[in-house]
Amino acid sequence: MNYVAQRLLTFPLILLGVSVLVFVSIRLIPGDAITAMLGTEAGLLTSEQRAVLARYFGIDQPIWSQYLTWFGGLFQGDLGISVTFGRPVLSVILDHFPLTLELALLSMLIALSAGVPLGVLAATRNERTSDLVVRVLAMLGQSTPSFVLGLLIIYFLSVVFGVVPTMGTFTPLTVDPLASLGQLVFPAITLGFAFAASVTRISRSAMLDVLGDDYIRTARSKGASARSVVWTHALPNALIPVVTLSGVEFGYLLGGAVIVEQIFALPGLGRLVLNAITQRDYALVQGSVLFVAFNFLVVNLLVDLIYVALDPRIRLGKR
Amino acid sequence: MTASPLLRVRDLRVGFGRQPAANEVLKGVSFELAAGETLAVVGESGSGKSVMALSVNRLVDFGGGRITGGGIELCRRDGSILDVTGATEHDLRHVRGRDIGMIFQEPMTSLNPVHTIGRQIEEAFRLNRGITGGAARAAAREVLERVRIPDAKTRLDYFPHQLSGGMRQRVMIAMALASSPRLLIADEPTTALDVTVQAQIMALLAELRAETGMAMIFITHDIGLVAGIADRILVMQAGLAVEQGETTRLLDHPEHDYTRHLLKAVPHFSAGQATRKDGKRDGAALPIVKVEGLVVRFPVGTGLFRPKGAVHAVDGVGFDLLPGETLAIVGESGSGKSTIARAILGLIEKTRGRVTAGAGHTRRPIQMVFQDPFASLNPRLDVESLLAEPAVANRQRRDAGVRDRMRLLLDRVGLPQDALSRYPHQFSGGQRQRLCIARALMLNPDVVVLDEAVSALDVSVQARVLELLIDLQREFGLAYLFISHDMAVVERISHRVAVMYAGEIVEIGDAAAVLSSPQHSYTRRLIAAVPSVDRRHRHFAVDATQVPSLVRPAGYEPAAARWREAGNDHRVRLEADA
Repeated sequence: MNYVAQRLLTFPLILLGVSVLVFVSIRLIPGDAITAMLGTEAGLLTSEQRAVLARYFGIDQPIWSQYLTWFGGLFQGDLGISVTFGRPVLSVILDHFPLTLELALLSMLIALSAGVPLGVLAATRNERTSDLVVRVLAMLGQSTPSFVLGLLIIYFLSVVFGVVPTMGTFTPLTVDPLASLGQLVFPAITLGFAFAASVTRISRSAMLDVLGDDYIRTARSKGASARSVVWTHALPNALIPVVTLSGVEFGYLLGGAVIVEQIFALPGLGRLVLNAITQRDYALVQGSVLFVAFNFLVVNLLVDLIYVALDPRIRLGKR
Repeated sequence: MTASPLLRVRDLRVGFGRQPAANEVLKGVSFELAAGETLAVVGESGSGKSVMALSVNRLVDFGGGRITGGGIELCRRDGSILDVTGATEHDLRHVRGRDIGMIFQEPMTSLNPVHTIGRQIEEAFRLNRGITGGAARAAAREVLERVRIPDAKTRLDYFPHQLSGGMRQRVMIAMALASSPRLLIADEPTTALDVTVQAQIMALLAELRAETGMAMIFITHDIGLVAGIADRILVMQAGLAVEQGETTRLLDHPEHDYTRHLLKAVPHFSAGQATRKDGKRDGAALPIVKVEGLVVRFPVGTGLFRPKGAVHAVDGVGFDLLPGETLAIVGESGSGKSTIARAILGLIEKTRGRVTAGAGHTRRPIQMVFQDPFASLNPRLDVESLLAEPAVANRQRRDAGVRDRMRLLLDRVGLPQDALSRYPHQFSGGQRQRLCIARALMLNPDVVVLDEAVSALDVSVQARVLELLIDLQREFGLAYLFISHDMAVVERISHRVAVMYAGEIVEIGDAAAVLSSPQHSYTRRLIAAVPSVDRRHRHFAVDATQVPSLVRPAGYEPAAARWREAGNDHRVRLEADA
């Protein structure tokens, strides 16, 4: 696994770039932590008070010095202290991450288990009614904003069925699996709907391509059944684009789903980062963006490894 | 023959599209095939021969075809007669594989890339004989040995991309044989293969047919190829069977004009008897292109800092080309023919060696024509822009002079003047290749490199393009570097021949001398493998010689070549064990 080692070696470089970018861009936004915290009352501070506070937050130093201090901490696993939470950034992130991870996995499960079979069905029934129905559904899924779907789901759950999903807090999977899944299933459907629509479209077109390939004709000439032609001969060849798409989408989901978290009042990574930005909680923003970037890199590496498992012609490092 | 033949096809019509009856590709074909008999179906592209083959097991349904009339009756193993045209998909599934096996033209794409070949062959056994598990694996190994795949046991775990084209075609045959079909349909099974590999596959098919007693429908565009294997021949043109009959009768006394035309158009290889007599080498002329010690290597296997080895694509190649002369470079795929062409044009980097172009009459003395006329013309440009391209690339303006030259060349290559405003898709394959030739002549070159330039064309079109090339050569005093794997075509156009094997020239000299008395063992093997109508009674021995690997460790240098003169302008490389 020479390739994996090589890729892992590039991680620190990419993360270094990401950290500089975040560090600078968050400071380019007008306003600072003091104003964000005190609001209009910040105007009442004397310059001495302001200087004391600035020293406390470490924002009195020049930007490069701030960066070096923060960067030095990284090597000791110290991402800094969150101003809003008053706790180490890493522990705040790790508190919020399980929800995001579970939500992302659940959404992907829904997307793949609905999208791939629907795409395959549409491809094999090309241009017939069921294909058209699937295509319309997919178009709808891709064009419906998640807040519309989320609000509809909440409306039907609470008003029609009288069920209110738990909001505000999160029950981790390890504490009570059933309650945890029950809490996330509707947000996951909301997220998974658009995801499934993309998966459907891409599996349909990939399957259509593959079904026209010569080896499919060979399989048929051997007397293989329609089912075997589709599932064992065609599908493995059509999965590469599906994996690519799922990898990218999953990577995004691991960065948190701001809108859906907001609608269902879930304490996930998305809202954490959003609040950190509005509060100018510099350490928390830097820490979470770095964390999200790292996840993205890991997902990409996994996608590469899945390619190899799917197609024997693909060799790592030679694409 | 017996009362009920194995297969009876009556007035078969097949159409495509939304209104199949209005878009018929097959317009009424009838024939009968007795058990154990071999029928060759011959025709040019678009004649409907493949559609006919795919209709027999109704695979044509999956390509959008519908049988619009006529009938196909198949006598099954138990003696019952199945009406294939009316059969359900369920019945057909048991016909495919069990009664009718099939092999296809493209061995490169006809095997599933994500499954091992073992798994694909085992599937055939499972589907048609109900053999599973260890027994299926043993059976797969046995059938691989039957198609002469060396080291069959390990090869079972190979994926298709790890095998050569010839090997893959053997795997396809093994898969078709798994069910011991009573009818094998072979749709251009050797077209994509080299001649020596083609000879191996043909010999294998003939042997297996004798062993199993299966009937065969052999589809091909090459009437010379089937002469040795077919009992009967059916000639197709534009969806109709224009003539059918017993092989010897049809070849010796063709009745239909089209059959005669086809037989005449097929390039006959006559072992150096039919080489050109015009434009012989003139000792006084200076070479227009001189290649000395050309070496091209491609690094393989990335070590940490430097490659672990190299593919020795071309090694120590040298020759010269005089004005007005054709030098053919022959050899099989992977022998380095095209690499030489690209190196001469500077399209790839030389590792070592020198290519010198003599003082020609333009700045760009060498131009090129490629194999695939469909892929080498930009579909978005009209002919005028296509022809202007070389001039524009050479910083000329698209002025009246350039347009005059376009018109002159269009006329010379036999295309109408109004072609200028048309687009490539409005031309046939042969016309497109004429366009490519015209484009290559735009800058008035001294040398044209023709890389398999007629290989993708139908035989009758091929014959006309060859004549055109010879005429143009005389008119413009062109020198051709003619790269081809087809010995019959080479014989017709070349003055001199260079034979390439594994990156090296093994024999070079006057075309008549090399083709009539080949000296090197490889040249002999190559010439013996050429199929021809005249030599149809010869039997090929199954020969499984493989081309040696060209991958060498880093720093490897081959021993210097030693040559021997075999006559006036005929040099042969000494073989290692000679």
